[in-house]
Amino acid sequence: MKILVPVKRVVDYNVKVRVKTDGSGIETAGVKMSMNPFDEIAVEEAVRLKEKGVATEIVAVSMGVAQCAETIRTALAMGADRGILVETDTDLQPLAVAKLLKAIADQEKPQIIILGKQAIDDDMSATGQMLAALLGWSQGTFASKVAVEGESVTVTREVDGGLETVSLTLPAVITTDLRLNEPRYASLPNIMKARKKPIATMKPADLGVDPAPRLTVLKVTEPPKRKAGQKVGSVAELVSKLRTEAKVI
Amino acid sequence: MTSLVLLEFDDSGIKQPSRSAVAAAQALGEVHALVAGANVGAAAEKAAKLPGVAKVLVADNPALDHLLAEPTAALLVAMAPAYSHILAATTAIGKNVLPRVAALLDVQPISDIAAVVDADTFVRPIYAGNGMATVKSSDAKKVITVRAASFDPVAAEGGSAPIEQASVGEMPGLSKFVSAELSKSERPELTAARVVISGGRGMQNGENFKLIDPIADKLGAAVGASRAAVDAGFVPNEYQVGQTGKIVAPDLYVAVGISGAIQHLAGMKDSKVIVAINKDEEAPIFQVADYGLVADLFNALPELAAELERS
Repeated sequence: MKILVPVKRVVDYNVKVRVKTDGSGIETAGVKMSMNPFDEIAVEEAVRLKEKGVATEIVAVSMGVAQCAETIRTALAMGADRGILVETDTDLQPLAVAKLLKAIADQEKPQIIILGKQAIDDDMSATGQMLAALLGWSQGTFASKVAVEGESVTVTREVDGGLETVSLTLPAVITTDLRLNEPRYASLPNIMKARKKPIATMKPADLGVDPAPRLTVLKVTEPPKRKAGQKVGSVAELVSKLRTEAKVI
Repeated sequence: MTSLVLLEFDDSGIKQPSRSAVAAAQALGEVHALVAGANVGAAAEKAAKLPGVAKVLVADNPALDHLLAEPTAALLVAMAPAYSHILAATTAIGKNVLPRVAALLDVQPISDIAAVVDADTFVRPIYAGNGMATVKSSDAKKVITVRAASFDPVAAEGGSAPIEQASVGEMPGLSKFVSAELSKSERPELTAARVVISGGRGMQNGENFKLIDPIADKLGAAVGASRAAVDAGFVPNEYQVGQTGKIVAPDLYVAVGISGAIQHLAGMKDSKVIVAINKDEEAPIFQVADYGLVADLFNALPELAAELERS
């Protein structure tokens, strides 16, 4: 079966982001960009499914500016077979991304689409669910375990009180949570090999999708800052202050 | 303008995050509450008591048991024409169901709102809470998840709303519930607890989390953890507080052996009082802590338990 893995280019996990002084957004110029960490987990899971003989081909998809091709190369170096880049300068929001991915899925006909549960830039946590809805497929979000069995896939999900296991009829959309796997580092030979793997480039219009955003960002502000408080010298002093000063215990 | 709020509940009543979602919806006008599931009569009675709820709609159907995404979204979409806003708390269920509803309605969802500006405009955190974005939706209908920690929940009692049956149409059978493995704990839920004590990588292993237990028992606290502690396998994922885990804002948050990575701060910095216990006095957690104790947690935790026991 074919697996589609959408991957997003985001500000690297370790970058301390700053709000632009004009309040128009987050400063991304000159900032290190990487693959969204949850999408790395998705690529890893797809590669493992291929190594197990469940998957036959892995197609990595990214969308946005031309540099998203680098994010696709990372997926190819981890083990994806080919890439699709949907190039646009439009600010892509999850609804537009889901529509573009649906159009690609209609062409590629994968049995599983696996992607991160959330992107660490907009923190929307929506694309996978929206894609499943548009395709009319089942969805297994926040997955910590995935087992493909014939015409269905069993997904163990991280939920608020623990774990929930659901059985989904294929085709299905799966979104990855932290504990699903630990993504591999691409080896140098695989990075070299990835350069030769094909990436097809298209535009939203080629897929018949209007990617215009529905949410307008009016402003972005810094969150209220907390001030550092006081150091206490002992456990006894801490307990006493929590009782008499903060009055929280 | 009327909003519909998808409620979550257990045997003890309507869950606190859902009551916060009701509070957020009240800022938008009249509020109707949806109780969906299998054998949910008792939950509907409890929903009717929520102050500020004008009507409770009940969808009682075996297909809605466990509020799986596919049938629950189909139900909400069928009910959507009567509503301007559809809301749920930002919980595992809310996050699973509402984006699906939004896509079926051709709407861009507004995830995890922290404030309501007006009927179209909301404030939501981005980049792990490092920015607060004010966003205006051009969609005719809004689909919203609500950051529970940002809205004081409505009380559990005080109202008396009428209860009506929602019409349940055909439910897609794309997925099946297999099993749930829920942590059994006498402690309050993380997102509802008045006091939260979290351990980080400094705890060194899962066994050492037992050092937190007597303190949590004494304070009636929930126990949480940093992502580092979850990654290291000390505790299960449902303990995780932070950008990719749970968002909490208790009266008292005690961070033990947690360095204070930005992703962790994203989940707890709205707590009223923060205490940090860490042996590294340079740890960033001290920059947000109201009370900092530079100490080895393996000494401090037993001392703290004893000190609380004493008085």
